[in-house]
Amino acid sequence: MAAQFGYGILVICFATALFAVGAAAYGYFKPSQRWVESSRYAMLLSFPLISLSALTLIYLIANNHFEIDFVYSVTSRSMPTYLKVTALWGGQAGSLVFWSWLMSAFASAVMLRKWDRDREFLPWVIVVCCVTLAFFIGLGVFYENPFARYWQTFDGNVLTAMFRPAGAVAFTPADGRGLNPLLRHPGMIIHPPMLYLGFVSFVIPFAFAIAALVTGRTDDRWIRITRRWTLVAWLFLSMGLVLGARWAYDVLGWGGYWGWDPVEIAAFMPWLVGTAFLHSVMIQEKRGMFKHWNTLLIILTYSLVIFGTFLTRSGVLSSVHAFAQSAIGPAFFVFIGLTFIASAGLLLYRWNDLKSESELQSVLSREAFFLLNNLLFMSVLVVCFWGVIVPLISELFTGQKITVGPPFYNRAVAPLMAGLIFVMGLAPLSAWGHSTWKTIGRAMWKPAVAAVVLEVLCIALGLRDPIALVGFFLIFLTLSITLYEFGRAVLARSRATEENLFLSLWRLIGRNRRRYGGYIIHVSMMVMAIGILGNAEFSADTQGTIAQGQSLKLDGYTITYKDLAIWDTNDGRNVARAVVEVSKDGKVLTDLYPRRDYFYDSQQPMTIPGVRSTIQDDLYVILVDWQPILSSGATFKVYHNPLINWLWTGSLLFIFGALVAVWPDRDPEYESARERARMARQPAAAD
Amino acid sequence: MTQPAPISAPEPAPAKKRSVPLWAQVLVWVGLIALLAVVAVGLRRSQQGTVQVDDKAPDFNLTTFSGYEYNGASQVKLADLKGKIVVVNFWASWCKPCEQEAADLQKAWLAYQPEGDVVLLGVDYVDTEPEARGYLEKFGITYPNGADLGTRISQAFRIKGVPETYFVDRNGVIQYIQVGPFQSVDEIQSVVDSIKAKK
Amino acid sequence: MNPPGNAPGWPGSRRLLISIMKKLLWVAPFILFFAALWARTALAQAPTPSDDDVNRIARQLFCPVCENTPLDVCPTQACAQWRALIREKLAAGWTDDQIKQYFVDQYGARVLSEPPRTGLNWLVYLVPPLLFVVGVVILVRTLRPSKGSKGGQGVEEIPAPVGGTPAQPAAGMEDYVTRLEEELKKRN
Repeated sequence: MAAQFGYGILVICFATALFAVGAAAYGYFKPSQRWVESSRYAMLLSFPLISLSALTLIYLIANNHFEIDFVYSVTSRSMPTYLKVTALWGGQAGSLVFWSWLMSAFASAVMLRKWDRDREFLPWVIVVCCVTLAFFIGLGVFYENPFARYWQTFDGNVLTAMFRPAGAVAFTPADGRGLNPLLRHPGMIIHPPMLYLGFVSFVIPFAFAIAALVTGRTDDRWIRITRRWTLVAWLFLSMGLVLGARWAYDVLGWGGYWGWDPVEIAAFMPWLVGTAFLHSVMIQEKRGMFKHWNTLLIILTYSLVIFGTFLTRSGVLSSVHAFAQSAIGPAFFVFIGLTFIASAGLLLYRWNDLKSESELQSVLSREAFFLLNNLLFMSVLVVCFWGVIVPLISELFTGQKITVGPPFYNRAVAPLMAGLIFVMGLAPLSAWGHSTWKTIGRAMWKPAVAAVVLEVLCIALGLRDPIALVGFFLIFLTLSITLYEFGRAVLARSRATEENLFLSLWRLIGRNRRRYGGYIIHVSMMVMAIGILGNAEFSADTQGTIAQGQSLKLDGYTITYKDLAIWDTNDGRNVARAVVEVSKDGKVLTDLYPRRDYFYDSQQPMTIPGVRSTIQDDLYVILVDWQPILSSGATFKVYHNPLINWLWTGSLLFIFGALVAVWPDRDPEYESARERARMARQPAAAD
Repeated sequence: MTQPAPISAPEPAPAKKRSVPLWAQVLVWVGLIALLAVVAVGLRRSQQGTVQVDDKAPDFNLTTFSGYEYNGASQVKLADLKGKIVVVNFWASWCKPCEQEAADLQKAWLAYQPEGDVVLLGVDYVDTEPEARGYLEKFGITYPNGADLGTRISQAFRIKGVPETYFVDRNGVIQYIQVGPFQSVDEIQSVVDSIKAKK
Repeated sequence: MNPPGNAPGWPGSRRLLISIMKKLLWVAPFILFFAALWARTALAQAPTPSDDDVNRIARQLFCPVCENTPLDVCPTQACAQWRALIREKLAAGWTDDQIKQYFVDQYGARVLSEPPRTGLNWLVYLVPPLLFVVGVVILVRTLRPSKGSKGGQGVEEIPAPVGGTPAQPAAGMEDYVTRLEEELKKRN
């Protein structure tokens, strides 16, 4: 009953989205304001409809309706309720509904802004958003129906269908298969929503860019409108990637957080182009240049979002991460083909109208640095895209299957990232329009000295690895420059307004949120870079089978196997938990509890590491679960990951910086009135 | 209030009409079409199942384990076996379901071997030789067996897993595919006999 | 002893044989000693390779059947067999490269973590640097036309520094602009 209702609502929502597309296009060409308004209402209507459908599905999951195929495949009676709700995105069909739900929410949010100045954009924004929405809902309606249920035919076969096949009866399994244990982790609960939020919110700037192309509005209005959307989208996508890395680190048990798996790369590629786009639009805002390039970048971002979703879900690529084989591949392919061709065609058609308003004048101007930033990001994109696509090409032409793995990517991406760090440091020092080496040098020499001091300190502490030496120097340089810029501005302001330093810092950030939020993000990226570099160059691991009382040694640490306990829990797991004692240089540091959980319902084991985290490293101990786990001998794998926690801490700082950058400015008139009043109250500022 | 002179309004640069050169347009479209083509082929390939009944069986060269040759030859080419009925069985020592049918396959071989009309070939899929030999000895298997070097044979047949068995008739056309283990010798024999009957 | 060559017929050969055997008897202990020594070192070369030794190689290989899983962390029984195989080959004295090549021969090139550098596979490694160079060329051409026209318009005009005189800092100009804009906002 509920399932039919959910499916029916889904179909109606699909029709509504299609109607919105038609009405908006018709309203534009006729032209008719009424039709455009109508399409806007249809767009707004889709949100409550898809919400109903999604909530119905959640209801079915939470209430153990195992006759529904999707519910059977992602939950079981032994799962706690909160985990069941998150199982909505634990499988293909449900995650498509979830994707559509978020898309509808964001598109509706866009509909609710003030459109007075931008009426001409409205029809095409609706068209783009609703075409995307209709596509994802359509996948659910026609291919991956989350409401399909089981029927049993007379000869005992079990089929999955929405409506009763002739001669079959309803069939209800007693219990579900349960969510893959690897997915029952806080990181996994929030990582897909974050990623989908990022993907979905990048559709909005794309919609406006297309609207600008179609209507011929070639100024930067669309960029100004979507400036915050872009930043928010980028924030979500970045968090999605970091959370995925954190989940991999915690749960997959190979001591690392990024494996250059094709599906990881599929989510990474939109982020790369999105970052390039984020920076490049500033050139268009400030100097009216590179309009072609910016439009191309946002088209590329959207295309990579769809393409990445396609790669993950269609089974084209082999990956631990990928969803199972499905029929949605061809449908996706057609959609991608149409959107690529339409976007490319539109851009070429409008090419002549996107004239630059000024010229690039100096090799060291900020525009030039931003272009360099774009070149480097696009180069990383090329490496990633090529690495993902080349196995397909190779199989096509030579019949030979090849794997493109971490060595290829690490070797290519590391120098490009080093270049990006360098550019990140220098760019804020150069001015829009023109700069010289002298001006940059003057702004830079003090932080450079600080960086050299830090480097010498590292060498004194024993650092010899050349890659680490170069990498850390670049990081120190950029960090020093960015912090110096902060400090300089705070000092200048505090001197001018006679505020204390902290108040100056607060006000400074508050008055120019985008710039200083950006600087905080840069600082956080450098902190993360310290973690990434330290871990990449200096991590080590060892493995061994030891009996109780014996130890393993790694990098000065001694790990002693003390105890073992095995028991069954009441939520369907068999747990084997070992106690290991960690000591260094004879001093006992802590006990760790690596364990292996075996889930009876899905018949899958999962290892949870015991981790000792400090600011300088992680000591990470896992029970190897494909070997016997006994007191007389258990196999442990120990990882030593130096500086890894700088990565996770940096990501927290990143969230803060992004929030600062995104936070809406107060009403400018109110703001300047306050400022005037404050100025009037103070004694004349010494100068 | 007098308007202050604009401080940062550069004279508008001469409007440059940059139309996209033809070669660039062609490059963009060709690149796009090529990318879509590659993806389409990759997609079709991943959607493809195994080789199907009535397809011509892909030719292959099997290098047998020593002691498991076919008529003394350590290289067996499918093309050379034209005129005979060939049963190609994919297995692995780490594959539990394969063990269910191992004894039955050997029985079938013993039944058909004297005639010389039916050839049973075992193809060992991504396995290690010591374990493979252990498996063969455990079930007393004597029919020709070899490793699928470089996974070329399994790729040619596009197998989705093990065990899979392909029945090829005298003209090299696949007549029957068994995915998963046989339950009894009779199953194997009935398939072979029906192919023999077709002539 | 008579030189062997002068000895007539069979008795001479017999004496030769005896003399050789006598010499051998002296040498034999030494030969045996060195053979034993060599055997001992050969046997001593085969302590069981540790898990770390196996992982050193397994890390560089991918599981032949699982999806994109490195061989050292793959949990399946097949992977356990392959790791045991690596251990065996290491114990037999094979080098890392020999073992990797064996895996390629047995299971195909996809077990390596990057494509072997042969034939058409060179494209895999050459295309990204090539495209990077193309990007640099485009970037340089975008920047070059402006190198000639140093003199801009309006406030961005800053005389190119000649000799050693420090130029008007562009940063200072930006502050000036910002202050002017603030003034304007206040006026409006």
